[in-house]
Amino acid sequence: MSRSTDEAHLPGLRQPVAANDGLDAPFWEGTKDHELKVQQCDDCGTHQWGPEWMCHSCNSLAVSWVTIEPVGEIYSWQRPHHPVHSALSDRGPYIIVLIELPHASGIRMVGNLLGDPMQTIEIGAPVSAVFEDRQGDPNFTLVQWEIAD
Amino acid sequence: MTDEYTLKGKVAVVGVGETTYFKHGQSPDPEFVLVLKAILAACEDAGLDPKEIDGFCSYSNDRNDPPRIANALGIPELRYSNMQWTSGGGGAAGAVQNAAAAIVSGSANAVVAYRGLAQGQFGRFGRSGGSRPISGPAAYTLPYGMMSAAQMYAMRTTRFMHEYGVGRSAMRAIAMACYHHAQNNPRAVMQGRTLDEETYDASRWITEPYRLFDCCLENDGAAAIIVTRTDRARDLAKNPVVILGAQQSGGHRSGATAENMTDYVTSSFKPAVKHLYQQAGVTPSDIDVVQSYENFTGGVVMSLIEHGLCTYENADEVLTFDNLRADGGSLPLNTSGGNLAECYMHGLGLQIEAVRQLRGESPNQVPGAKVALANAGPMVPVASTALYGTEEALG
Ligand SMILES: [Zn+2]
Repeated sequence: MSRSTDEAHLPGLRQPVAANDGLDAPFWEGTKDHELKVQQCDDCGTHQWGPEWMCHSCNSLAVSWVTIEPVGEIYSWQRPHHPVHSALSDRGPYIIVLIELPHASGIRMVGNLLGDPMQTIEIGAPVSAVFEDRQGDPNFTLVQWEIAD
Repeated sequence: MTDEYTLKGKVAVVGVGETTYFKHGQSPDPEFVLVLKAILAACEDAGLDPKEIDGFCSYSNDRNDPPRIANALGIPELRYSNMQWTSGGGGAAGAVQNAAAAIVSGSANAVVAYRGLAQGQFGRFGRSGGSRPISGPAAYTLPYGMMSAAQMYAMRTTRFMHEYGVGRSAMRAIAMACYHHAQNNPRAVMQGRTLDEETYDASRWITEPYRLFDCCLENDGAAAIIVTRTDRARDLAKNPVVILGAQQSGGHRSGATAENMTDYVTSSFKPAVKHLYQQAGVTPSDIDVVQSYENFTGGVVMSLIEHGLCTYENADEVLTFDNLRADGGSLPLNTSGGNLAECYMHGLGLQIEAVRQLRGESPNQVPGAKVALANAGPMVPVASTALYGTEEALG
């Protein structure tokens, strides 16, 4: 299961806002409610992430947002050491993970793996989401990941 | 047998040129001036009056548009202009392909493929500053500290190494071969800086699994390649180097956001390679020298596998420093120093080096080279790849 935190993992980076075409607004609204929402095709059931205006499988325009269980498996990872943004300059290494969600057509999501930044990372390890509530303009919530119990 | 609907042999590279290659931010000239200088250098190399150019092709997000260039050069007729959209340098071979397509179709007589980059003037790739809100696909990665090019392509390499159990020693050998070749190349930014195993192994992580020496340079400069009809090319200054084949390469949902491309563990060349070899009528064993775009060494390993030059099983055994060097290796790679050690001109320098090998003008000449491969942009949504040959290679 998922949990939430108000501790910023990588503070000072640019904050996400919904795109002005409205495409991904339901995702960002969902994260504020600590729900993981992705698109699912009304006609063929295919999930997709990131969002598109059309189902990439059957080309239906009838694509809805559904709440999925916020769990997955580590598909790949990297550990940045070199700071590429001023907010990261004194921060040290951190972990970016690519999470596969097998129960949602195998979509993948990018986030940070919380915990020891030098931990050994195993591809295939089960993870659950951590909803990271952040102050901003407007407030926003990121979807982070931690190794599942 | 040459099918009517192929560019094989019909188009030749007649001129190549580049500016001095500078470390990032060091160019004394604005980017636009660098582009003009590279085009003039390519014209001089070809023995072609710049005013005879009537077509322009570029790629990526090149800021130097053909109307402005044609205006500056005083081109009497601008008949063709074209842009290959893709990330990074994925369009370096594609721009040459587009130029060749213009020739084959009779749309233009002399087309230049070019790329200019001045990061001092326009900001660096490797850093991403600012505090403005971000929206769209970048919002799915950037707030998690994933924003640089190395970070965009690191996780593909992690997954590749996980699935196939190869890559680390090959990545080191690729970096060492590039630095080795740069030592003989006066154009190379890294001439005078050598790289051995110990230095590679001790180098800092940029982002695991990429060390410093796995990553391309950042440079200022410009490069240009001029093509025309092969029959006309014979009247110009240098021996024509014919284009045997050239392809762009995007796979199923290769442009998907947030790392959702269907085939994740790929250099992006799988769709193109079968078309490339069929078009050119050659096989991997016919290739004498390879220029394989290094944004990051992990992508090169996948590129060479997908081009059939080694396999997933034997990549670490084939891709050794001894095999990759021009002086005696069986698979000479990036003989100018490439993006790692000559210059990062979004890969156009690799296309130029393929041409120089076939003219016998390389600083690390492979004796008797007749067929050269030069690809561009592994792992980007649309990559591109080209085969060049001497006229003899046409058979
Ligand atoms: Zn559908």
